Amino acid sequence: MKQTINLKVNGEACQIDVEPRTLLVYAIREILNLTGTHVGCDTSSCGACTVLMNGKAVKSCTLFAVQADGCEITTVEGLAKQDELHPIQQSFKEKHGLQCGFCTPGMMMLACEILQASEEMSEENLRKLLKGNLCRCTGYQNIVDSIADAKARMTAVA
Amino acid sequence: MIPASFEYFRANSVDEAIEMMAKYGDEAKILAGGQSLIPMMKLRFARPAKLIDIGRIDSLRYITLDGDTVKIGGLTTHRDLETSNLIAEKIPVLAECAHEIADLQIRNVGTIGGSLAHADPSADYPPVMLALDATVVARGQNGTREISINDFFISPFTTALGQDELLIEVKIPAMKSNEKGAYIKIAHPATGFGVVNCAVKIALSNGKITNARVAFGSFVTVPYRDESIEKFLQEKEATVDTIKQASEMVAEGKDIIGDYYADADYRRNLAKAVFLRVMKKALNLDS
Ligand SMILES: Cc1cc2nc3c(=O)[nH]c(=O)nc-3n(C[C@H](O)[C@H](O)[C@H](O)COP(=O)(O)OP(=O)(O)OC[C@H]3O[C@@H](n4cnc5c(N)ncnc54)[C@H](O)[C@@H]3O)c2cc1C
Ligand code: FES
Ligand code: FES
Repeated sequence: MKQTINLKVNGEACQIDVEPRTLLVYAIREILNLTGTHVGCDTSSCGACTVLMNGKAVKSCTLFAVQADGCEITTVEGLAKQDELHPIQQSFKEKHGLQCGFCTPGMMMLACEILQASEEMSEENLRKLLKGNLCRCTGYQNIVDSIADAKARMTAVA
Repeated sequence: MIPASFEYFRANSVDEAIEMMAKYGDEAKILAGGQSLIPMMKLRFARPAKLIDIGRIDSLRYITLDGDTVKIGGLTTHRDLETSNLIAEKIPVLAECAHEIADLQIRNVGTIGGSLAHADPSADYPPVMLALDATVVARGQNGTREISINDFFISPFTTALGQDELLIEVKIPAMKSNEKGAYIKIAHPATGFGVVNCAVKIALSNGKITNARVAFGSFVTVPYRDESIEKFLQEKEATVDTIKQASEMVAEGKDIIGDYYADADYRRNLAKAVFLRVMKKALNLDS
């Protein structure tokens, strides 16, 4: 039996009907048609499905959509404002933080939570925080550089 | 991977959750963060007909100090513990342990109650809880009871919690100024779960060990405290020599898990090495 849930997705309120077993990532991709959020492994390992739920990075393949009822969800589609890229997107673009791009939405959404922290972050700690996100292409160095660059960008503005 | 269908119920209070558990019996399972249960349901290792979601019971998410006891609500996330100032001050080894669990996304959602109730023998909390002398508080239809952590883990994925009982709190004595704790996990490189993990809490007085709690996990089916090692350490000088002698006793007489990644002999030797490292860390010894 389907259940009605309310979400605020990228700032917009929406109401959808889901089976309790519907995973959040499939609600996002197949009901809301926001296909920027990817499914890489479907086994909680790769982080391609990472979105923000009430500001915290979560793996949307490992949550039921009903658990997100009443929550704010931010997906990669919610980062840019009209034509203006979010600093994290700008940094990934300039620092070559992606190659095939499959892992990129998850990497950027994880980075969004990391970038909320006000304190300085060592490269070592940054690398540790990327533990739950896999990339088959870049070798991670450019991803680390991109996030550090975004951090510098956002600190400069603040 | 799609889990089998189930009926979903959200409990808004502990009482409501317990009522639902009593009503639905073993048809139902509790859903906390879902970070163990959902993967199990996707693989269809678990096919509960009903889920009782306790994730919104905010009154179960807290970390407080009551006299010399730190009280942690069952729904407190790994991330809460990792970043709590109170934990950093009163039980720093627990913050280190929580930090070792999975990745940021899982730590944002997974809960201490869920991890303990799940009782994966290679999880991070069990040896740490054993070393810290934790008490689990459970509430069911027949009221609230306390379970010593020594009696909590029964077999892999099975605890002393009753079918209708909710893990509502974990109580841990705050570390005293003469007590040191340490925890080390050697993780499987792909899954991040332990191959060997070991936690200790050592009380010291004038360079002597006055009390020791030593616990192991991951290489046995049920995490355990090694009371022979604890007894051996009692009243000994806190030296490298002492801990080297003690390390010979590690895993003695234990049935050790072996698999394609790490066979039993390897794990036995690794457990000795990890014990040495943990003790050196706790006692601040170098060589
Ligand atoms: C990719 C990945 C990596 C991981 N790596 C690690 C790791 O390195 N180390 C580690 O220790 N863990 C690891 N975990 C497991 C993680 O710590 C889980 O969060 C935790 O084991 C379960 O907590 P939960 O709140 O998500 O519980 P759930 O998944 O919701 O529940 C787990 C079980 O406990 C029961 N339960 C939950 N809460 C209660 C309660 N309050 N009272 C009674 N029963 C309850 C449920 O019915 C269920 O059977 C990993 C998980 C994933 C997906
Ligand atoms: S698809 Fe969710 S972690 Fe890989
Ligand atoms: S850019 Fe291809 S997987 Fe990361």
